Amino acid sequence: MDKGIILQAINVNVVLDHQTIIENLSFEVKRGEVLTILGPNGAGKSVLLKTLLGLLPYQGQIEWAKGIKIGYVPQRLPFIKDIPLSIKDFFYLKKSPEKETKEILDSVGFGQDFLWRKIGDLSSGQFQRILIAWALVGNPQVLLFDEPTTGIDMGGEETIYNFLAKLQKDTDLTVLLVTHDLSVVYKFSTEVICLNRHPMCYGPPREVLTPDSLQKLYGGEVKYYQHRH
Amino acid sequence: MENQFLLSLGVGIFIGGAAGYLGSLMLSRRMALVAGPLGHLTLPGIALALIYGFDVSLGAFPFVILGIVLIWLLEMRTKLPMEALTAIIFASGVALAFLFLPMEQAQTALVGDISRVRLGEAVASILGSLFLLLVVRKIYLSIVLINISEELAKSEKINIKKYNFIYLASIAIIVALGVKMVGGLLTAALVAIPASSARNWSRNLDQYAYGAMAIGAISAALGIIFFQVSGFPAGPLIVLSSAVIFLVSIAFRR
Repeated sequence: MDKGIILQAINVNVVLDHQTIIENLSFEVKRGEVLTILGPNGAGKSVLLKTLLGLLPYQGQIEWAKGIKIGYVPQRLPFIKDIPLSIKDFFYLKKSPEKETKEILDSVGFGQDFLWRKIGDLSSGQFQRILIAWALVGNPQVLLFDEPTTGIDMGGEETIYNFLAKLQKDTDLTVLLVTHDLSVVYKFSTEVICLNRHPMCYGPPREVLTPDSLQKLYGGEVKYYQHRH
Repeated sequence: MENQFLLSLGVGIFIGGAAGYLGSLMLSRRMALVAGPLGHLTLPGIALALIYGFDVSLGAFPFVILGIVLIWLLEMRTKLPMEALTAIIFASGVALAFLFLPMEQAQTALVGDISRVRLGEAVASILGSLFLLLVVRKIYLSIVLINISEELAKSEKINIKKYNFIYLASIAIIVALGVKMVGGLLTAALVAIPASSARNWSRNLDQYAYGAMAIGAISAALGIIFFQVSGFPAGPLIVLSSAVIFLVSIAFRR
């Protein structure tokens, strides 16, 4: 693997319950890049993230740079509110010492009083930020972020991406991001993969996201085009 | 009489505490319900123990293991929902027990009888409960993470199969111990009610886990004390004490 490349995927195929979810996908990610995986609902985006994490079986080749630490932000955690959990408890599940937890909370803009807040009392936007903070425990070089599709209001969503962008700039973090939201891609990513089971485009967003390729990716549903400032 | 009361009280407090503590892990993902059918399935084992005069927990234990294996196998083979499977196993256990359970022993089998626990049994139960407390404490945080999300747990390199196995084995042990106290019918209450009460009161994991343990122990103690005073069977009194604490917990919910 070349220097500077953090992840290389060659001819990846994922079949779950006799159904092909991802077919012949190849791409690579360089250090500091923000790669967005774009596609409609059910296109296999979250499956791809989970496959890259080693959570699902696959054929083909997925190779991470040696010694790389990965943080994962899942799409949603529906069971978490079943358990009375303070933010301190949640971070302690990852054996994060209180001092580190405080520092990370500070870096995502939460005061120390948040340590004692109950997870169930957080707003969806706050919870999303806590999940990102949780993924940052142990200083990962790569963040895999699975976009929440429900439960986050527009304002909250915008804050999350602004926050991610700032974080990425400050820390030289490499980010792999799943979304179905085009505006996020233009604002935030350096590379994009269009995925609808097959890879349909791959490259810098302003080059590969043409009305034509988007039409193919989303069928007739595309209502949002690139802003040119 | 006095010694017998203290012996029962000691056993009750330890089993109740261990059941409450483990129950706080079982409450999420509906696992608390599983303890019910597993308890029912122990009835044939309890019947055998009563007929041949050995410790009911020893009689119950192989049947709980059988139940866990059956639920696990049936779930893999049939993909039926867990509730349906547990209902099948639950009914079969009760039906089988009533083929040979002596009627004069029925009450002991169904709702337990901790008031005649012998010294050896008591020591074994208390040691068993202590062992269980230590095991559950060891696996607690990992199981919480698995309960929140198996994927997240896997991404943290937690060996899910290993932890689930220890967790199920702990459930088997608590059911086997619990039938001694509340019989085959009421075991689900031992794990579900204290944890439910504690959840109403707690704002963090320690309050929840240790709260459930304390409420489990207090309910058992209250039930056994009421039995001493009233002469009603201890098993149902333990469960009712626990239920009253739950009602109070709703009123003071945080």
